Amino acid sequence: MLAARENEKRGPLGWLEDRLGLESVREFIAHKSVPKHSATMWYYFGGITLFLFVIQVLTGILLLLYYRPTTAEAYESVQFIVTQVKFGWLIRSIHSWSANLMILTAFIHMFSVVFLHAYRKPREATWLSGIALLGLALGFGFSGYLLPWNTVSYFATKVGTDMAASLPVIGPPVARFLRGGDEVGGATLTRFFGFHVAVLPGITTVMLLVHLALVQRWNISVPPWVERQFRDRGREVPRMPFAPNFFLRELMAWYAALAGLGILAALFPWELGDKADPFAPAPAGIHPEWYFLAPFYTLKLIPSNVWFIEGELLGLIGFGLLAVWWVCLPFWATDRAGQVKTRLVTGAGVFLLSYLAIFSALGYWQ
Amino acid sequence: MKLKLAMLACAAALWAKDSCLECHSELDGSLAAPTQAFKDDVHKGLGFSCVHCHGGDSSTDDPERSMSRARGFRGKIARTAVPELCAHCHSDAALIHKYNPKQRVDQMAQYKTSVHGQRLAKGDVNVANCVDCHSVHNIRAVRSPLSPVHPLRLPDTCSTCHSDANRMAKYGIPSNQHAEYRSSVHWEALEKRGDLSAPSCASCHGNHGATPPEVTSVAAVCGTCHVLMENLYKESPHEPVFAAMEKGGCVVCHGNHAVEHPTTDLLVGKSSVCADCHEADSAGGKVAEEMGRSILELRAALDRSDEILGRARRSGMEVSEPLLRQMEGRENLVKARVAVHAFDAAAVRQPVQDGLAIAAETHNAGEEAMRERDYRRMGLGLSLIAIAATMIGLWLAIRSIEGREKPIASPDGGG
Repeated sequence: MLAARENEKRGPLGWLEDRLGLESVREFIAHKSVPKHSATMWYYFGGITLFLFVIQVLTGILLLLYYRPTTAEAYESVQFIVTQVKFGWLIRSIHSWSANLMILTAFIHMFSVVFLHAYRKPREATWLSGIALLGLALGFGFSGYLLPWNTVSYFATKVGTDMAASLPVIGPPVARFLRGGDEVGGATLTRFFGFHVAVLPGITTVMLLVHLALVQRWNISVPPWVERQFRDRGREVPRMPFAPNFFLRELMAWYAALAGLGILAALFPWELGDKADPFAPAPAGIHPEWYFLAPFYTLKLIPSNVWFIEGELLGLIGFGLLAVWWVCLPFWATDRAGQVKTRLVTGAGVFLLSYLAIFSALGYWQ
Repeated sequence: MKLKLAMLACAAALWAKDSCLECHSELDGSLAAPTQAFKDDVHKGLGFSCVHCHGGDSSTDDPERSMSRARGFRGKIARTAVPELCAHCHSDAALIHKYNPKQRVDQMAQYKTSVHGQRLAKGDVNVANCVDCHSVHNIRAVRSPLSPVHPLRLPDTCSTCHSDANRMAKYGIPSNQHAEYRSSVHWEALEKRGDLSAPSCASCHGNHGATPPEVTSVAAVCGTCHVLMENLYKESPHEPVFAAMEKGGCVVCHGNHAVEHPTTDLLVGKSSVCADCHEADSAGGKVAEEMGRSILELRAALDRSDEILGRARRSGMEVSEPLLRQMEGRENLVKARVAVHAFDAAAVRQPVQDGLAIAAETHNAGEEAMRERDYRRMGLGLSLIAIAATMIGLWLAIRSIEGREKPIASPDGGG
């Protein structure tokens, strides 16, 4: 009787709190803290990536209201969105720009993890789930690129699936599976649409929950040199409460990302280009999205045949080995005593970052 | 069995003796030159050899026998005999169609009607025969870019003789055609744009039956490509007048070899060709002035639309539909220019009015796009102000909160 009166006093929120156990959530958040040091700013990039992903989902749902995934209607439906639908241009532009910014912030997040040595035991699984999320983001980019069915997207998909087809044994069936046939066409568009709006979001949601749960389980890492600095002074690394201090800072970062997104979307609306024509020759200077430029340019540099191996196949094998080496980073980055080989990892990070930056720039300008 | 016999026959053909090539390749100078040139000849590729033109017997090394008149040896072919020799095969439909079913076989008949053929028949060996245009011993297929009669090389081939002032003097014909042609819109299309369908010498004069077009047939020659212009010209008041004056239709205004890019300057202004015959205040002068002015008006309107749509597009606005409409506007401009050949202001007026309506529509679309761009930018500015204000508020809130707090200890599991 007394409890009922108490609830009545607290109103609907109190009613919800009793049934959902929000008290324990509030308690948990109140006690959650984040390290505060000279490299704290790099912690925000994971949150910004998540923020951009949420924007992707929301704008993607709005685009779905008008988009039609057939070769006869895809281009026209996007054209309708950007010319006729109220604020359709803004939604489409934000969707495209946030996709690119999300991949950029995901890369920044990954390299910050490398240079802050946050992959160390016990965070190997966090690293692996993060890498899987990056791979899924690239998958989103590749599948979404085709959906407007314009000339550039058509030929970029053709080049991309041709690369897959050049792999030995598994290449042809994989390419056929991706295309839904021997050529990029209506079946490919339908499949890519399915991957983009159903398969990838489903897997990504699960992987994102795993990643966030692992981050929560092992807390945010403190770089080894920061730990050392404070240990030498006989002090503990200072921390700030997650709520509201860290969250408000993260919120500021999200607003900054939103401002950047608004500027890009309003001043540089994402171009629609010309409708794809499978019978037309590929336009000159065609290249994929910026995040695939480095491997694309590298493959162009490799001779058509190296000794007895086909150049493109050799390049793909090289990228495969590089990817495996990078994914396994937490396992070769520490010695048997559990000490991080900081120089080796930093060197590897600098090497990969330089390679991606230089070859992407060369691929874009040449 | 049949297959084996066929293979043996092929092998025998490949290894068949050709004493002409064997001996002449060992000789010097002009006697050896044909053996080198013949390697790339289209006839060699089809299995023909020296004896098919020069006669004789290539199966023996004995010069007395191989170049024996008794064995049909003809030696060097006289210039007057070349066309008949080539026609021996090239007028034989049954033979030629074995190699190429689409190959024409009327070259000799055509050649006989040409000025070249008629003069050769009278014994003038200075005129062109087959080998002067197609080359000799290293004859290529016409479609080969190395052939002297390939569309890209034909003007140079004709000019070998026709730009030679001394050679042309005795025939009383000018030698500046090639130079004039190289200043023409036709040469520009052929040479600069690589448009193989663009007219060169043979397109107007014919090839094997090369003849200068008569005054009365010029319009028909130009009309081969410019069909609509020819039709309008035939119905125009100029046609009977030019015919009576024995002037060659199209060339009166456009010239012949040096056909320039036609602009409204031909109608109005200092270089107006209309003004050559029509006073400015005459009826003809007024029609020319109205046609020129209305075409310029349409072009200016379309240019204005292009300019604003270009600005909108560079600003990221989606204007593909009005740009597509602009193409229809440009089509009307082309129609108006074609309609000039009716030499009637009313014929030009209709496409001009249609084009102006489209230009007005696309210009409005461009202005609308620019207004939308400004609206977006204003919205962006207001959004950025709101975002900046929120960020400042957040920063002040953080400072206020952290000013009151003490640092907290590290939890277990951190680091």
